[in-house]
Amino acid sequence: MEDMLFYDRIQFAFTITFHYLFPQLTMGLSLLIVYYKGKFLFNKIEMYNDAAKFWMKIFALNFAMGVVTGIPMEFQFGTNWAKFSELTGGIIGQTLAMEGMFSFFLESSFLGLFIFGEKLLGHKLHFVTGFLVFLGSWASGYLIIATHSWMQHPVGFEILENGKFVLTNFGALFSNPWLLPSYFHNQLASLVTASFVMAAIGAFYLLNDKHHDFGKLFVKTGVIFGFVASVFVAVPTGDLAAKNVVKYQPATFAAMEGIFETEEGGSEIVLIGQPNIVEKKLDNKIAVPNILSFLTYQKWDAQIKGLNEFDESVHPTNIPGLYYAYHIMVGLGTIFIGLLFLAIVQLFRKKLYKTKWILYSLVFLLPFPYIANTMGWYTAELGRQPWLVFNLLRTSAGASPTVSAGNTLFTLLGFVGLYLLLGLLFLILAGKIINKGPQLVKH
Amino acid sequence: MELFWYIVLMTMLAVYVILDGYDFGAGIIHLFFAKTEKDKKAITNAIGPFWDANEVWLIASGGVLFFAFPTLYASSFSGFYLPLIMILWLLIFRAIGLELRGQVHNAMWEAIWDKAFGVASLLLALFFGVALGNIVRGVNLGIVTEGVSTQEAHYFFLPLWNPTFSPQAEHLGILDWFTVLLGVIGVVSLSIHGANWIIFKTNSDLNEKLKTVIFRLNCVLLALVIISLSVWHVIEPKPFQNFLNTPWLWIFPLLTFIGLFGLFNIKRFKRDGLGFLFSSVFLFGGLTTTVASIFPKVLPSTNDINPSLTIYNVAADKYGLSVGVYWFAIAIVLVAIYMVIQYRVFKGKMDDVGYGEH
Repeated sequence: MEDMLFYDRIQFAFTITFHYLFPQLTMGLSLLIVYYKGKFLFNKIEMYNDAAKFWMKIFALNFAMGVVTGIPMEFQFGTNWAKFSELTGGIIGQTLAMEGMFSFFLESSFLGLFIFGEKLLGHKLHFVTGFLVFLGSWASGYLIIATHSWMQHPVGFEILENGKFVLTNFGALFSNPWLLPSYFHNQLASLVTASFVMAAIGAFYLLNDKHHDFGKLFVKTGVIFGFVASVFVAVPTGDLAAKNVVKYQPATFAAMEGIFETEEGGSEIVLIGQPNIVEKKLDNKIAVPNILSFLTYQKWDAQIKGLNEFDESVHPTNIPGLYYAYHIMVGLGTIFIGLLFLAIVQLFRKKLYKTKWILYSLVFLLPFPYIANTMGWYTAELGRQPWLVFNLLRTSAGASPTVSAGNTLFTLLGFVGLYLLLGLLFLILAGKIINKGPQLVKH
Repeated sequence: MELFWYIVLMTMLAVYVILDGYDFGAGIIHLFFAKTEKDKKAITNAIGPFWDANEVWLIASGGVLFFAFPTLYASSFSGFYLPLIMILWLLIFRAIGLELRGQVHNAMWEAIWDKAFGVASLLLALFFGVALGNIVRGVNLGIVTEGVSTQEAHYFFLPLWNPTFSPQAEHLGILDWFTVLLGVIGVVSLSIHGANWIIFKTNSDLNEKLKTVIFRLNCVLLALVIISLSVWHVIEPKPFQNFLNTPWLWIFPLLTFIGLFGLFNIKRFKRDGLGFLFSSVFLFGGLTTTVASIFPKVLPSTNDINPSLTIYNVAADKYGLSVGVYWFAIAIVLVAIYMVIQYRVFKGKMDDVGYGEH
C-alpha cells in the first residue's frame, strides 16, 4: 500500500515537473512574440517581424513538447488518482473540462494558422492569430490555477455522506481568494523564464559575434521584460500569495520559512540553514531578526506561530523539502532582480552590449528561471501535503485502489525513458534553430 | 440531465474518432503505401495543420467525462490502466514522429520518424477498437472472486490478457478474441477513412491506387462486420433489445450500412470528398450503434453481484451538471467558429502548404 502511493506520487511529480518546463516558456514567449509582431505592425520595421518569426520556430517546437507531455496529465487523474477523481470530479472536473473546451481548442486551432498562415492571412490577421494563441495559453493557466486553488483552499462545495464533494457555488471557484495572487505570480514567473531565454540567446549571439542586431534586440527585450516581471513576481504577487499561506495554511508557512519556535518580540527571516527534524530546530542558521514579522504583518514585533505549536498530524509531510524549495525560489528570484537591475543600468548608459560579465551571466543563468518556477510549484505542492484537498482529503485516500505498485512502477519507468528521449530531442532541435539564428529577409 | 451529458459525451467522442481517425488512417496508409518522398509529403501536408486540434477532441472528451461522470472516469481509467498509459505513449510517439521528421534532413532520421508515425498510428487504431470491445463486453466490477467482491463495487483492474483469450472468462483481459476482432475492424475502417481523407485533400499520385485499396479493404470490412455480428451473442445474449424497444434507434445501424455500401462505389465518385463523407457516416453509425446497444449501461458488469455502471449511477451532482450547460453552450459555439475558420483557411488541396518546414 505504501509502495503504491509512493510510485503514484513520484510518477505524477515526475510527469508534471517535466511537462511544466514547456508551458512556462509557451505562456511567456507567446506574449513576447505578440509584442514583436505588434511592434512591427506599428512601426513597419521588418526586423521585428523577422524576430517574431525566429521565436515562432522555437515556440512551435516547445508547444509540441507541451502538448504531448500535457495529455498524460489529464489522464493520470483517472489512472493513478481514481479515488480523488471520483470524490472531487464534480468540482475539479468543471475547471479541467473548461480548460479543454475554452483554451485547448483556441490554442490548437490558431497555432496552425499562426505558424503556416502568414502569407494566407496578411500581417494584421496573422497578429490576431498570434494574440489568440497567447490568450488560449493564458486561459489554460488560469483554469489550471483555479483547479489548484480549490485544492489549496476549497470553496463553494459541500461533502455528502458518502464522502463525495459536490459543487454548490460555481462562482466561488473563480472568486477564490487563493486564485488571483497565485495566477499572476505564476504568469509573471513564466514571463521571467521567457525573458531569460530570450536574453540568454541574444547574449549568446553577441558573445559569439554573430547576428549582431538581433542579439542586441533580444538582450534588450529580455532584460526589460525580465526585470519588470521579476519585480512583480516578488511584489505584489509573491507577497500576496505568501499572505494567503499565512492566513489559510499557517503550519505550511512556518515550515517554508524554517520557523520552529514562536518568538516573542517578532520573528527573524532565515537566509540559510538546514532543518533538523529530530531536534525540531534549524542547524547552522544565518538569519536577520524581526524582518519576517515585518514582511508578513508590517509590524516588527508581530508574532508568527512556529511549527512546534502545531500538532504533528497537520505538519507538512516533507518539511526540509518544502523549506529548501521555498528558499531556492526566493533566493533565485532575488538574484534575478539584482542582475537585471544592473543590466538595465548598463542599458541606460548604453554599455550593456559591451559589458561581458553581464552577458556571460545571462547565458549561464538560462536554466535558473526554470528551476525557480519548478521550486515555486514544489513549495505550493509540498506545502499542501499530506492533503490533496487541504484539511479535508488526505493524499493517501486519493490513489487508485486497484492499480498495483508493480504496474505503476512499470509506467513510471516508461515515462522516464520516453521523457529522457523527448528532452534530448528538444535540446538537439532547439540548438539547431538557435545555431541557425534569425534570418533577416531582404525586401 | 445525465442523458444530456451522455449525448454530449458520445457526440464528442464520435467527432474525435472521425477527426483524429483520419490522422491515424493517414498514418497507416503512410506506413504501407507511401513509397516516395512526394507521397509522404502529400500525406503529412494533408493532416499537418489539423492533427493537433483533432487531438484536442480527445482531451476535451476526457474533461467532459471527468466532470459529468466522475465515477466512470475514475473506475475505467484506473481499471484500464496499462492500455491507457500505452495509448499515451503511442500518442506521444506519433506526434513527435510527425512534428520532428522534417526538422533534420538525414535519411536515417527520416526513416525512424516515418516508422514511429506509421506504427504508432496503426497501434492506436487497434487499441481504440479494442477499447470499444472492452466497453461493450464489460468487466468484472468489484473484482469478484468465487462469489465475493474484493474491491469496491465500481472498481476493477484488467491485465493485458489472460491465457485463454476468451471474452467469457471470469477474470478477463484487455485483449481477447472478441476485443481484438473489434480492434482489427478499427484498423481497417480507419485505414479506409484515412485514405479517403488523402484523396479529398491532395492531388497525390497515390490517389488512384488508394481507390483500389479502399475498395478491397471495404470488402474485408464488410466480412469483419458480418463476423462480429454473428459472434456478438457471446458477449450479450440480446444485443437488439434496445432497438426493438426504441425503433428510432435503427437509424444508427442504417447509417453504418449506408456508409459501408456507399463506399463500394468509390471509383465512380465524381467529387473527391464523397468517399470521406461515407467513411465518416460509417464510423459515426458504427460507434453510435455499439454504445446504443448497451444503453443506459456505460460499462456492463460481467458478474451477478455488482450492478453495471449506467449513466445514472456514475454522474456528478445535479447542480454541477446544470451549471455546466451554460459554459459548455458558449464553448461549443466558439469551437464551431474556430473549426469553420480553420477549415476555410486550409480549404481545398493541401499539397503545397509546406508542412514540417517551419
